[in-house]
Amino acid sequence: MPRLDPDVSSLIQHARNGDVRSRARLFSIVEDGGEHASTALAMLAPDGGHACVVGVTGPPGAGKSTLVGRLAREIRERGQTVAILAVDPSSPITGGALLGDRIRMQDLHGDPGAYVRSISTRGAVGGLARAVDGMALVADALGYDVVLIETVGAGQDEAAIVGVAPTVVVVEVPHLGDDVQAIKAGILEIADVFVVNKADRDGADQAAAVLRAMLSLAPPSESWRPPVLKTSALIGDGVVALLDAVHRHQSFLEKSGELAHWRDERARRQIFEAVQDKLLARIRSTVPPGHLQALVDDVSGFRRTAEGAADCLLVQSGLGVTAESEGIGPPDRARCDA
Amino acid sequence: MGDRMGKIRVLVAKPGLDGHDRGAKVVARALRDAGMEVIYTGLRQTPEMVVEAALQEDVDVVGLSVLSGAHLTLVPKITALLKERGAEDVLVVVGGIIPEGDVAILQQAGVAGVFGPGTSTVDIARFIEERIGGSTTGDVERAPA
Repeated sequence: MPRLDPDVSSLIQHARNGDVRSRARLFSIVEDGGEHASTALAMLAPDGGHACVVGVTGPPGAGKSTLVGRLAREIRERGQTVAILAVDPSSPITGGALLGDRIRMQDLHGDPGAYVRSISTRGAVGGLARAVDGMALVADALGYDVVLIETVGAGQDEAAIVGVAPTVVVVEVPHLGDDVQAIKAGILEIADVFVVNKADRDGADQAAAVLRAMLSLAPPSESWRPPVLKTSALIGDGVVALLDAVHRHQSFLEKSGELAHWRDERARRQIFEAVQDKLLARIRSTVPPGHLQALVDDVSGFRRTAEGAADCLLVQSGLGVTAESEGIGPPDRARCDA
Repeated sequence: MGDRMGKIRVLVAKPGLDGHDRGAKVVARALRDAGMEVIYTGLRQTPEMVVEAALQEDVDVVGLSVLSGAHLTLVPKITALLKERGAEDVLVVVGGIIPEGDVAILQQAGVAGVFGPGTSTVDIARFIEERIGGSTTGDVERAPA
């Protein structure tokens, strides 16, 4: 929507002074991406790295939002501030979204030490929105002690959260599947803490037993054994133990040096993603639309591969090696220059 | 470049004590289908909760559904609180059972549009788009092809 150019530095100042709207606007700027997002993140980055960032993932309806709301309450009880970034899916058809995680977090109302932000994936896959990384940095730099990131309802493979949160809680519920489900690759592998939620229902002990059996098959050299906990988020059972486990994992990460390693990996990925974005932006701004369309026609008509088209675009944008040096034949070269 | 590149964000809330949330859900769904990001708060929100959520979520629009008859109490309180928090630029629209004679009072309190029973959801979406003038498709299209 039309808004005046934001004065990012004064927004940051107001946000630091506790103005909720400035904080929210800052999150929006980073969420929307582009030039202002880059400015804001560059200004905020030096203040990052202090928050305890925790991901919460699991299938739809497992009780993630309710559990996150409970965790936030417990965090507040212990005197720490908390920001919640709750992601729900966007429509693949219209791009719209219905974000309903907030409904389960009503208890936090009126508490200036808790901030809840609903986020649409905006077409991203992997269970998160692309901007979540940056938004977690905003929360971190604004001084929230804990950042809880709730992914979309994740099935088997939405594992993007591992790159954003060093501690990941995987929430399961009774009766989701047998022990073969539990040994499949995917989100069960990324858990630092397992939770069987809705533990007031029957089958919870069995679900926990299946997870423990799965964990017992893991390679013995692993230094962190994910605990399997039972919670009942609706009534608040097990939440204290869960938060304790999260903090135990964070101090394990720090002491073992794994946090430094994780940050290293994340930094590498972030740099490569930024390079990708910038390359793409450069190509889009330098290649005439007609050339792009010709390549699109070639690829869709099976006359050229997507990779070959990419080589052409790189050459045309002055970013690629010349076609000759790569041994691309003269006909292709000619078409790249067309 | 002054345009916000993101989507229109709408908070759909049910202030007060009536439990009739079908209308709110139908409108939330329709706005989602119009490409907006809709945050649904659920039932029994106090004016303070609505305004706090609107601020935290940085929404462009607050949609209130009231079927209890308490609209003249609840809605002006919400617009006043928004103003108090420096957010009077947020567009406020109201739906539900609103008697003809109350519409002008609500408008005077800062409500941009009142949509009674029988309103087409397409009209509501169009009203919001015209007032906000944002993009409702940008981001998906911006994703790398």
